[in-house]
Amino acid sequence: MSKKTNVLPGFNLSLGYTLLYLSLIVLIPLSAAFLKTTEFSFSEFWQVVTAPRVVASYKLTFGASLIGAFINAIFGLLTAWVLVRYDFFGKKLIDALVDLPFALPTAVAGIALTAVYAKNGWIGSFLEPNGIHVAFTPVGVVIALTFIGLPFVVRTVQPVLEDLESETEEAAASLGANRWQTFYKIIFPALLPALMTGFALAFARAIGEYGSVIFIAGNMPMVSEITPLIIITKLEQYDYTGATAVAVVMLVISFLLLLAINGLQWWSNRRNAEAIE
Amino acid sequence: MSIEINNISKQFGKFQALQNINFNVPSGELVALLGPSGYGKTTLLRIIAGLESADDGRIAFHGDDTTDKNVRERQVGFVFQHYALFRHMTVFENVAFGLRVRPKATRPSDAEIRRRVHELLGLVQLDWLADHYPPQLSGGQRQRIALARALAVEPKVLLLDEPFGALDAKVRKDLRRWLRRLHDELHITSVFVTHDQEEALEVADTIVVMNHGKVEQIGSPQQVYDQPASPFVYQFLGNVNEFESRVKQGRAHIEDIHLDSAEHHAVEDADALAYVRPHDIEVLKEPNGSSSFSAKVNYIHSLGPWVRLELQRQDDTRIIEAELTRERFLQLDLAEGTQVFLRPKQVRVFLKN
Amino acid sequence: MTATTVSQHVRYQTKVAHRRATSEPAWVRWTFIAIALAFLTLFLFVPLAAVFTEALRKGWHTYLSALVDPDALSAIWLTLIAAAIALPLNLIFGVAAAWAIAKFEFRGKSVLITLIDLPFAVSPVVAGLIYVLIFGLQGWFGAWLIDNDLKVIFAIPSIVLATVFVTFPFIARELIPLMQAQGKDEEEAALVLGASGWQILWRVTLPNIKWGLLYGMILTNARAMGEFGAVSVVSGHIRGLTNTMPLHVEILYNEYQYAAAFAVASLLALLALVTLALKTFVEWQSAKHAADAERESNE
Repeated sequence: MSKKTNVLPGFNLSLGYTLLYLSLIVLIPLSAAFLKTTEFSFSEFWQVVTAPRVVASYKLTFGASLIGAFINAIFGLLTAWVLVRYDFFGKKLIDALVDLPFALPTAVAGIALTAVYAKNGWIGSFLEPNGIHVAFTPVGVVIALTFIGLPFVVRTVQPVLEDLESETEEAAASLGANRWQTFYKIIFPALLPALMTGFALAFARAIGEYGSVIFIAGNMPMVSEITPLIIITKLEQYDYTGATAVAVVMLVISFLLLLAINGLQWWSNRRNAEAIE
Repeated sequence: MSIEINNISKQFGKFQALQNINFNVPSGELVALLGPSGYGKTTLLRIIAGLESADDGRIAFHGDDTTDKNVRERQVGFVFQHYALFRHMTVFENVAFGLRVRPKATRPSDAEIRRRVHELLGLVQLDWLADHYPPQLSGGQRQRIALARALAVEPKVLLLDEPFGALDAKVRKDLRRWLRRLHDELHITSVFVTHDQEEALEVADTIVVMNHGKVEQIGSPQQVYDQPASPFVYQFLGNVNEFESRVKQGRAHIEDIHLDSAEHHAVEDADALAYVRPHDIEVLKEPNGSSSFSAKVNYIHSLGPWVRLELQRQDDTRIIEAELTRERFLQLDLAEGTQVFLRPKQVRVFLKN
Repeated sequence: MTATTVSQHVRYQTKVAHRRATSEPAWVRWTFIAIALAFLTLFLFVPLAAVFTEALRKGWHTYLSALVDPDALSAIWLTLIAAAIALPLNLIFGVAAAWAIAKFEFRGKSVLITLIDLPFAVSPVVAGLIYVLIFGLQGWFGAWLIDNDLKVIFAIPSIVLATVFVTFPFIARELIPLMQAQGKDEEEAALVLGASGWQILWRVTLPNIKWGLLYGMILTNARAMGEFGAVSVVSGHIRGLTNTMPLHVEILYNEYQYAAAFAVASLLALLALVTLALKTFVEWQSAKHAADAERESNE
């Protein structure tokens, strides 16, 4: 059905407003970042974005985000499983609280995690004597990024697990599969697209995260300094072009991740649709 | 208010949904658009309503061209296939909606709206549901509310898209009789879309049979059933036996028999298909000259006053169906395996092209 | 990237309670539950509890005086203003975008949906930076703004802009799938009955999407009040003038006024808890409505 044949009113107005608002708030400002980098020659640009301190921040940001997303994939899957399949006291409350990292301002999360994992904190005071240093180390960065990505895997896997046909599991059991075989041959493949989508979402969120990390990271150059902080540091030194160059690198990575996530979601939805049919 | 449909064509991408549709709906008639699902009937109905625009052609209401008229101005009542009742409004508010959204100048007073709505709810016999919400109603009730809502704006034309499609068999039967009675009472020019031949035959004054975006035949239920204009109509309305045939010098050859074929008297030699309804096949114990051919009884389905036979020609896998009265069946003393002779009483021959 | 939408929630809340035919042995079940709870405790509950404990460590008096401090009050005020402007702007955008996308077919629709998602993928710090590049001293409009004595960066307008950016997709993303699922039957019925475009919007469409709308507004509001990175870049941290609550928390924390920092933080944590409570309520409501609708379609 082409739009010409649709008789509902308001198409031009609503689409026009959508495009205008999208351009003003998102597209034009973002393009400003790309235009700004044209003040650099390519070799200058390359020098800035590959400076040792910047490269160290990429490594930390990516590494910690990846580890955080992995932790979330494993424990998020388990949490979703427990919330969907089992009954226990307080389940509804816990289900609601899983979204806390979405709702809690990142700065609050940052100082709270720091307080808990610091030398004299509730958890830190147990870890420090055993030689495990969390606060002000890369481990702290991983903790913060795990926190902010926690709901993603749970919330993408949960509905898929809920919609899973119990007949297929019963069929597997009736054909002689044990519980573990049923899980990794029947259930896990059905959950995989959603699990990967949740992983990618948590990873993408972690890459750009700032507020919850800077308090716990200690922010030592080359050791525990994340890429968004590099941008802030450059801005505070009025190095707008340098800040923008690093920002453009992050933007490109964000776009690629967004495309990957769209692809994963498409895959996941298709799987789902097939399962429901 | 009559509806004139002139040369309507519509294409969706590469799919030709409607192709040069032409017919008139006389004022006060109840017309059925009948055809298999997915072949343009609903599109045509939506074009008449103005919910969709045709690529070509025009629709006129009583001579007035409506092609450029907005849906809002056409004064049509439209009953959607899935009713499209407003979920968040009570039954009363649903029916009152069309009156409430009128501009201040033409909007009836609250008391008048209340009177009209209750009158309509009385008409569809659901006044007691006024304060309920659509999800609390049964399918048949929703259907009648949707109709009352469409009638509230005093439409000049009533359009119904598969009005009984989503209902179960029993409710469906009751509702279509009720719709027929309602139409006889109100006499609004009405068009409804259906893929159910029984429904069209029972309810409509006129049936427009459509297939692949084209009109196959227009006529009264009697006409389209007794004198189908094409093989498609034959097969779509009721059961029919199809025979490979050959027309030579105005005579049709079917199996072993030869029949005069008046409408093809000028044809020298052509392949054709012959159609015979099961109840137009006479079953005989003895051959009747050259007007009958032999077959063997395969199965006997006996139900109620009618007996249906499944027969087979020798060396042929195709099944021939015949229907006869129980009385005649007993008279013939048939059993599975009996050899009989079949005489087609009424045959239509269509040339293959 | 909100990851959870009303429709998803509805699906799993309405369909609990069928199965048990295939299950794990009790010891496996309880081990899993224990591991999941330990994980959530370590990462969620302990930090949450820490906020309130730290806030009250020095007693109620210190707690209250941190909240009624003039700088804290002005930070609260600014946070409310930013949210109060960003919310209606993104609300109108969300409804307009969902109307165009859900009710009409047009070329480039999926590209548009992806573009609407963009702000989710952009780091908050980068979001702040792009506005500095446009309105900052050396930015596109920098000189013009100074000539006309207008201040955007290090002032309220940029804080609002950054807030609008980071909360940009929330309502649209909530409404698009909802309105797509509802189709346009009811709107067409209203049209045939003579309703105008605005009448259809107010009387038919909005009442049908009210729970999704509310859900999106709750998420938008929570994020708007809590945004830190983007606002931090554009605000300039001017106490009593351009400090929002999260920024105020940071300043107090960096000045080692831990109790005061956690006191203000505890307000934000309360806001988060209220948000979750409202969100759960809305999910519960819309699940109830969806259950009704399901009954409707099953008949």
